[in-house]
Amino acid sequence: MNKKVAIVGLGFSGFGTTTPDLSYREMIFEAATKCYEDAGGIHPESIDSFVACSEDFMEGISIADEYVPDQLGAVLKPVHSITGDGLQGLASALMQIKTGQQNIVAASAFSKVSNLSHHDHLISYATDPVYIRPFNENPYFIAGLEMNRFLHETGTTREQCAGVVLKNRYNALKNPCAHYGAKLALEDVTEAPPLSHPLGIYDMSGHLDGSIVVLLASEDRAWELTDRPVWINGIGWATDTPNLDSRLEGMGSAVYAKLAAEKAYRMAGINNPFNEIDFAEIDDTFSYKELQHLEALNLCGTGEAGKLLELGSFSPDGEFPVNVSGGSLGAGYLHEANGMQRLMEVVLQLRGEAGPRQLTDVETGLAFAWRGVPTATGASVIVSTHQ
Amino acid sequence: MRKVAIVSAGMTKFVRRALETPKELSYQAAKTTLDGCELTLEDVDCIAHGTAPDAFDGLHQNGEYMVDGCGGWNKPTMRVYVGGGTGIHAVVHGWHHVASGLFDTCLVVCEEKMSSALPHAQAFFLTIFDSILERPLEPNLLWIFALEMNRYMERYGYTKEDMALAAAKIKKNGLKHPASQFSEEVTVEDVLNSEMMAYPVSRLDVSPVSDGAAALLLTSERVARRLTDKPVWLEGVGWSLDTAYWATRDLYFPRYTDTAARMAYDMAGITEPEKEIHIAEPYDPFGYKALHHLEGLQLSPRGKTVELLRDGHFDIDGNLPICPSGGLLGVGNPIAAAGTMKVCELFWQLREEAGERQVPGNPRRGVAQSWGDLMQVSSVVVAGI
Repeated sequence: MNKKVAIVGLGFSGFGTTTPDLSYREMIFEAATKCYEDAGGIHPESIDSFVACSEDFMEGISIADEYVPDQLGAVLKPVHSITGDGLQGLASALMQIKTGQQNIVAASAFSKVSNLSHHDHLISYATDPVYIRPFNENPYFIAGLEMNRFLHETGTTREQCAGVVLKNRYNALKNPCAHYGAKLALEDVTEAPPLSHPLGIYDMSGHLDGSIVVLLASEDRAWELTDRPVWINGIGWATDTPNLDSRLEGMGSAVYAKLAAEKAYRMAGINNPFNEIDFAEIDDTFSYKELQHLEALNLCGTGEAGKLLELGSFSPDGEFPVNVSGGSLGAGYLHEANGMQRLMEVVLQLRGEAGPRQLTDVETGLAFAWRGVPTATGASVIVSTHQ
Repeated sequence: MRKVAIVSAGMTKFVRRALETPKELSYQAAKTTLDGCELTLEDVDCIAHGTAPDAFDGLHQNGEYMVDGCGGWNKPTMRVYVGGGTGIHAVVHGWHHVASGLFDTCLVVCEEKMSSALPHAQAFFLTIFDSILERPLEPNLLWIFALEMNRYMERYGYTKEDMALAAAKIKKNGLKHPASQFSEEVTVEDVLNSEMMAYPVSRLDVSPVSDGAAALLLTSERVARRLTDKPVWLEGVGWSLDTAYWATRDLYFPRYTDTAARMAYDMAGITEPEKEIHIAEPYDPFGYKALHHLEGLQLSPRGKTVELLRDGHFDIDGNLPICPSGGLLGVGNPIAAAGTMKVCELFWQLREEAGERQVPGNPRRGVAQSWGDLMQVSSVVVAGI
């Protein structure tokens, strides 16, 4: 039961705003092949179990689980799908190993959002069919309301949120997997047309296609597959109500992030996350979300995230680098694979494979993902080079 | 391996058209389950829930919408799905939560409301097929089951009467289930004379369209001992997914059921399933499927199943009672909830709380199995007292 679990393989493929040359199955096949090669060339026959993450409407397929096994090499193997973020899929894989029934489990997630012509229409179908959907509004109004409430409750400013966009899109310039790298000026963001006041169009991340597969192994098998395992020391996930009007602490704070982090910190034995964790990849689907999540994750006090950002604490050379990869704002938003993308950067950094954006002396990192509007679901994972 | 127990079970009535919303159905099943062991939501660490395709409810991210009906409010909540197999897979998923040591209590809730899909839920099954190779043919889900049923019958020389006998026997068991959708006995002749849907599948060979929910509470051994004198242990779990290219497989034998069952039996230490299992709840959306799955579960020799069925081997007072609940054919088939209902039935049967439909002879170990996706997945649970 107390088996430690390590990430022993990582593969990714297909990052692009459109990928007309790849079907999602081809994309996953490529990512899986790379992942298995990364784990010492393991044959999928030797993998005990597989987890995939997908949502039916995103693929235009009912029961999308059907189309999981072939491209992963998982035919007639234990396979199942989670309708959740990639990090929830990772949690499912981790639990399977901790039961003792499995030793090596692959977790995969992908986005083929370029197949969708009107993603915002699709999100409308995730809102309450009785109370919200009949308004027939663009569902991003929910993010506008949340942002407004967050600014009001914490004293964070509009400019500080814009600062997140500047930082992350600038960071993305050094990431070859990122597709929204740019050097912007503050006015570019603050004076951009509104999406839903006070949220502007540059405050939202752009869509991205891509597939990520990770391989997990129990402690006793990890060293056979790699000489640089990255250990999962803590994991947590939580969901607040989907009803916009009855969230535990209203719309200004991210309770799901707080609960998800508490569980992960407890499991990892972390009491002071800001000091004990070296860097983080944190959901920034919208600019304000990075700040809101930093506070909910207890990495700073309420109302402090914006100020610390201005001081440069969250920059790559700052005290606590956040979204060195460029985050979703800079790299692009991968939908169900959003959390996997955050995790991927943490793993690359810990292995020292992050190229020009490599941080120095990092041992422990945090990845946190949110499932986007209108949900209140988040998942966090703490990974480290040591157990 | 950490022991995991089922300590309570609950379900709604299965009906053709529920007035309750999907959330309300989930709530009813979850509440009944918690009331059954005098717990409240505060005592629950996490939620594992399942529903099958989002299209039935017309909701994107249906799992997120459902959470507060299931009790997943400000809790770790994760929805799992393997199509029709979800009902039992969610129990396996719940087992992962507790057996991993991450949680002590996990509420498993599965729900399906098919009646919201107008004019008929069947239309949404078109979207499960491959968008390039199959969907342009506008296939009906029944067609592929007709192919499978035909192949199964042809392989062993079974007749349509044999398959109707399985349906009639299982449906009869369901008459005693208080949550059943049916109130009238169906004979072999009724099945044979019912409308032909896609040869050889007749209307009464098929389980109905239903609305309903079912739930279970799983706990660690320590918690179980405090809550009940009669915990039912999850002794084995297994699941397996075959290729999506179903047309490349020989359909006479469910090899995915075979692999899933071997995995579960291996965990439970079962070497002779026919002798060591006392009751079985094979997945029975069609009469033939119950028999097909029994062979996959290694509970009946291949090609001899009909003979055993005729001899009463699978009757309530037979050597291996199957579907004492009445199964999907006799209770109803709200996709994901139907599988969970089967595990609920094991719970009640093994605790000898099944009332009128109690299997005689103190059954001590049972197996439940579900099936789904494109005829390609099985989840198997072995439970024992």
